[in-house]
Amino acid sequence: MVDESVRSPAAATDAASSRGAQLLDVERVSKRFVTSEGVITAVEDVSFSIAPGEFVSIIGPSGCGKSTLFNIVGGLVGDYEGRVTVAGDVVRGTHAAIGMVFQEESTFPWRTVVENVAFPLEVVGMAKDARLERAEHFVAMVGLRGFERRFPTELSGGMRQRVALARTLASEPRILLMDEPFAALDEQTRLLLGDRVLQIQQTLKQTTLLITHNLTEAVQLSDRVLVMTYRPGRLKRLVDIHLPHPRDSEVVSSDAFGRYVAEIWHDLREEASRGIRDDESRVLEGRAKR
Amino acid sequence: MSKAPLREWMASRVGARSIGIATVAALIGLVELAIRAGIVNRFIVPLPSEIIVAIPRIIVEENVLHRFWQTAQELLWASLLLAGAGIPLGALLHRFRIVRLACETWVGALASAPIVLMYPLFLVIFGRSATTIVMIGFAAGLAPVILKTLEGLSGTRQVLLNVGRSFKLTNSQQFWKILLPAALPAVFVGLKLGLIFAMINIVGVEFLINFGGLGQLINELAERYDLPGTYGAICFVILTSIVFFDTTERLERFLRPGE
Ligand SMILES: Nc1ncnc2c1ncn2[C@@H]1O[C@H](COP(=O)(O)OP(=O)(O)OP(=O)(O)O)[C@@H](O)[C@H]1O
Ligand SMILES: [Mg+2]
Repeated sequence: MVDESVRSPAAATDAASSRGAQLLDVERVSKRFVTSEGVITAVEDVSFSIAPGEFVSIIGPSGCGKSTLFNIVGGLVGDYEGRVTVAGDVVRGTHAAIGMVFQEESTFPWRTVVENVAFPLEVVGMAKDARLERAEHFVAMVGLRGFERRFPTELSGGMRQRVALARTLASEPRILLMDEPFAALDEQTRLLLGDRVLQIQQTLKQTTLLITHNLTEAVQLSDRVLVMTYRPGRLKRLVDIHLPHPRDSEVVSSDAFGRYVAEIWHDLREEASRGIRDDESRVLEGRAKR
Repeated sequence: MSKAPLREWMASRVGARSIGIATVAALIGLVELAIRAGIVNRFIVPLPSEIIVAIPRIIVEENVLHRFWQTAQELLWASLLLAGAGIPLGALLHRFRIVRLACETWVGALASAPIVLMYPLFLVIFGRSATTIVMIGFAAGLAPVILKTLEGLSGTRQVLLNVGRSFKLTNSQQFWKILLPAALPAVFVGLKLGLIFAMINIVGVEFLINFGGLGQLINELAERYDLPGTYGAICFVILTSIVFFDTTERLERFLRPGE
């Protein structure tokens, strides 16, 4: 069953274009960095698209270029080859249709929870009462009712990430883009937050691109998982996840779940080991130079 | 078992204040004892009890409250100038790399310059007036405000700026809603340092040019060898600092809640 759903990237792109209206299109994107060690190709020839309402994850080993891709799609990095379009509109600079949740802690410590969440509404000039009311709705959605007037320093790391998520949701982006939002959290919290994210995604029909290095998370949440290679960062596989909806974290104990994880790990393992070998040889080289 | 409530009280604001005051009182008591025991020469340091007795006298005879008000006003103007000029200058240095490269070093050098020695120049420009005193206080406190503002703005975490960019903030929104609030703790450190420098210089110049305020009174009392009176007047200088520090801290908590 799993085998049927695994396709080569080229076939997948064809399938995608035949599927018709895509919300996000990433076409042949490459990005090189010039460093003192030479040119690093962080992302090479990556193409994929996401249909409205779809949940797609990109998984890859540390340092394979996930954040670079996140920044390109979000419009924070220019100067790359290829093209990113949102509903046919070419992305140049940040785009109102794309909401970003970052890997690092990103709440504003000088604002209360509700003021943090109201931030994007304040920026576009919504009246105070209206935006606070709207923000409270999203605070409740991420399960933080009762914490509206607290400051981020009074919250745990997981709660702060939920504030950041609610803040991005409040801007009602057509595409939600998340870079390892739960990477710093423990496994249990991560699973339960995953449930939250699934619930939200199902309520809002939110188109989502999640970047992660966590296998469980990718399979638990996604309709589709894209596996990235290490240096240069290319797409290696696309895996459709045919697990039933609505899902919750109970799904991790099912057989089908285990098969998907095994399948993806098979690909990921090779890349991750290359990443580790690469790191080791760089350390040794550094020592030889000295 | 009775330790827990005590520890809680010590951690509360009232508790912390009480402990602070008690410590100062204990130190004063120690000095009193040391002088009475002859360990400290009473012709150099007067008895704290004499200073306390002298305070009502300098209030009535030397009009110390009026002088306190004069010095406080000078400090107030100097602080307003410090905030009004120092923070924008720091922002300017942050905004334009070329200006920063050109100026950062000599602004740093300015911080250690004994500006008070330039008082004759200030006298020539502003006359023997409160303006001279305010301007010297301002000049003395400017460097730390600029440098700390610059440090705070440059230290803003990239991810916060990226949040702003992802919500498509304009440059001015990026400054007022993200950069400045993020920099405020550092800005306030700069303001407090500036306040200290300004205070020292204001009282010093009042003393030197024998014009207005507490510095002049200290000068007069010292020349009369009225040691308890002199120390009493110094107590009012300290009081001025405390009032300003406290106000600054309240302002900081108001502008930047959540810490
Ligand atoms: N601004 C930059 N300048 C030079 N090299 C960079 C830059 N940003 C990223 N790189 C390099 O590009 C590669 C990919 O980095 P990226 O941060 O995208 O990886 P990642 O997959 O997000 O890693 P992680 O899982 O650790 O977050 C890395 O080898 C990194 O050293
Ligand atoms: Mg990353």
